[in-house]
Amino acid sequence: MTVTPSYLGGVRRLRDWLLTRDHKRIAILYLVSITVFFFVGALAIALVRLELFTPEGDVLTAETYNKAFSVHGILMVWFFLIPSIPATLGNFLIPLMIGARDLAFPRLNLLSWYIYTLGGAFTLYALLAGGVDTGWTFYTPYSTFFSNSHVFAAAAGVFVVGFSSILTGLNIVVTVHTLRTRGMHWFRLPLFVWALYATSAILLLATPVLAMTLVLMASERLFGVGIFDPALGGDPLLFQHLFWFYSHPAVYIMILPAMGVASEVITCFSRNPIFGYRMMAYAILAIALIGFMVWGHHMFTSGQSMYAGMVFSLLSFLVAIPSAIKVFNWTATLYRGEIHFDAPMIYALGFVGLFLIGGLTGLFLAALALDVHLTDTYFVISHFHYIMVGGSVMAYIGGIHFWWPKITGRRYPEFWARFAALLMFFGFNLTFFPQYILGYLGMPRRVHEYAPEFSVLNVLSSAGASLLAVAYILPLFYLGWSLRKGRRATANPWNATGLEWRTSSPPPPLNFAEQLPEVSEGPYAYDPDPQRGHL
Amino acid sequence: MKGWNWFPAGASHWAGGYDTLFFFMLALSGIAAVAVITTAVGFMFRYHHRRRVHRLGTASFQRILEYSWIGIPLLLFIVVFLWAANLYADLFFPPAGAMPVYITGKQWMWKIQHANGRREYDELHVPAGRPVVLVLTSEDVIHSLSLPALRIKRDVVPGRYTKIWFQADRPGSYHLFCAEYCGASHARMTGRLVVLPPDRFAAWLGEGEIPSLARAGEALFRQHGCSGCHGANASVRAPPLEGVFGKPVALSDGTTVVADERYIRDSILLPRKEVVGGYEPIMPSFRGQLSEAEIFKLIAYVKSLGEVPTP
Repeated sequence: MTVTPSYLGGVRRLRDWLLTRDHKRIAILYLVSITVFFFVGALAIALVRLELFTPEGDVLTAETYNKAFSVHGILMVWFFLIPSIPATLGNFLIPLMIGARDLAFPRLNLLSWYIYTLGGAFTLYALLAGGVDTGWTFYTPYSTFFSNSHVFAAAAGVFVVGFSSILTGLNIVVTVHTLRTRGMHWFRLPLFVWALYATSAILLLATPVLAMTLVLMASERLFGVGIFDPALGGDPLLFQHLFWFYSHPAVYIMILPAMGVASEVITCFSRNPIFGYRMMAYAILAIALIGFMVWGHHMFTSGQSMYAGMVFSLLSFLVAIPSAIKVFNWTATLYRGEIHFDAPMIYALGFVGLFLIGGLTGLFLAALALDVHLTDTYFVISHFHYIMVGGSVMAYIGGIHFWWPKITGRRYPEFWARFAALLMFFGFNLTFFPQYILGYLGMPRRVHEYAPEFSVLNVLSSAGASLLAVAYILPLFYLGWSLRKGRRATANPWNATGLEWRTSSPPPPLNFAEQLPEVSEGPYAYDPDPQRGHL
Repeated sequence: MKGWNWFPAGASHWAGGYDTLFFFMLALSGIAAVAVITTAVGFMFRYHHRRRVHRLGTASFQRILEYSWIGIPLLLFIVVFLWAANLYADLFFPPAGAMPVYITGKQWMWKIQHANGRREYDELHVPAGRPVVLVLTSEDVIHSLSLPALRIKRDVVPGRYTKIWFQADRPGSYHLFCAEYCGASHARMTGRLVVLPPDRFAAWLGEGEIPSLARAGEALFRQHGCSGCHGANASVRAPPLEGVFGKPVALSDGTTVVADERYIRDSILLPRKEVVGGYEPIMPSFRGQLSEAEIFKLIAYVKSLGEVPTP
């Protein structure tokens, strides 16, 4: 095999990274940045879980506790989860998967990373200057008139980082429309590309609403313009409507890419085509579309009208249908497969299991009467962590492992990767399952002290969190080790289909050595080995 | 037992209905989860790459499978939706004659006023076996009154009234939480719901010499000069308030509203918003001059104006 130069090679000056227009290098820049924010956000929640180890407020003051969970939410949602898969794996893989040399707008791509960094700087400033205590939801009028913390700086950070989301979304949408290689029809796209395409559409349409909402909030806070505060003739529920109009679709921004990763990994390690490819693609689009019409289910007890509640409840049940289809189809993909339990597969199966539980408990919250008791309790906390952490983060880390040989040209140590995946799965369940029970018992969220009868379940949850912390730190070590000491990876170590595996590992700067590949069949043309099968 | 609790106390009929639906959902989703997980795990063993099994071809009845796992969940979802929506709607229609309790949330306490003028803080006493409707508002930020033993909660929003009703059946003392994050001492904005047998509640309510809420409202009505226009011998022409509560009012823009708590509150604070037909919009606003607790008193007074005195 001739040695092709890789995108990692060549001149290794810092400016070749900071001024790069190569989508693969930008993906690495994002990977490093979001990892930093992930661990800052994780540190904040470690303090929270430490405080909740006992019913009394004994480790942190109430103010510090409130700032800790606020920073956790703000960093994890906007600086980790939303960019996680789209800006790293999406950035890296979309051009490779559709047979292109780069994204449609390489400069915008680099700009989006700088905007992300600027937004991060604002938020870190807010954190260092003394923190923000509104929760990630910034509910008015608390955020506009009552909080004495650095609301403006934090909101400015979120406002700014939104533009990096918009640019990434725009770039992916245009790339998928215009840069598919010959023969890559829409229904030959890998589901990862479908998922990122739908995600990007949501990023483009929903993020501006968040930006406007934050501007309105800031103008009320800074200039006393009456929009949300009833003392100025405003309506605090208007803020909630606007906020959730963005933030509910944002949940799908976080979960759809994870679904894309799972589809790639599960097919590869069961050596089977995806079950019901078209239905899977339609389900992605349906989730993205209906996801825009369910925001009111966050407001069943807020004072929204009963009839609005009914409409939002029904639509929330509807959006569960395509999610259910996906879980069933992944399960059916295993049928008559040839299943290998490499680490990415363990992560992906863990994702499906946790997403299933998160989805089913979501139905409790969509059911109007049940939500009345469960909303604003730990039941909700547990539900959305099953989706966003159990689901999205498992899939994200699984995806990092799956494409690690492609990204770095090295193999990671399989034993440690499997160990971390299993530990993450068990640690996650130990952390969050008790929280469902706490929620049903009525323990409210965002409290640093709680009634003594909740303590056993909280101790279990904090114990699980410490396992989870180990499971998140482990990959830093063994993946870092593999960068220098890992075995060299071949072009296609998993024997996977997909154009990204048809080029060298790591890929050359322009992705494909000479000619762009051509496509003549659908994705996932796997065949279980007939030698093994057929008795 | 200290530190250990698996099941929250249930103190109302509605809470019983709630638990029935909750456990129905739990069974339903439990069955779904177990079915999917056992199928998946079964496949993982059966089709493990080291096993020699038949692997050629995929399921031939793909269409039927796909339609069935769209159709069956959809049907189940509709059942659950209707059941839950029906139960939810109950909360919006308090029975006539429900006992009103006026609650103001404030960083970080609950101020509770009973109709007879009895006040309490962070403790809500109610009689067993009688419907109670809570009228809620906030002096500052959004709070949420959570009563887990009744399986209910309602956000307490500044600038508007929210309501929720219940009928507690089982005397006892239960948690009362603020469920909406409201600032530094949110965690300590807790209290107790005390459900008393009717006779003990009546005794509790009658303790001490206090003017009723309506009487207190009447005093405010004079003190702030409302009687100068709305009173019987007033020189200025203003709409009479006798019997207006709960009745439709024709407004000057041709629409009609029901004179409920919200309407009275808005008329005091935003008098030009909904002017009664045939009257000049000359009433001044009392914004900033009255606390939420005082407005509750004025509402109780206006309410009492329509009541036929019991002999």
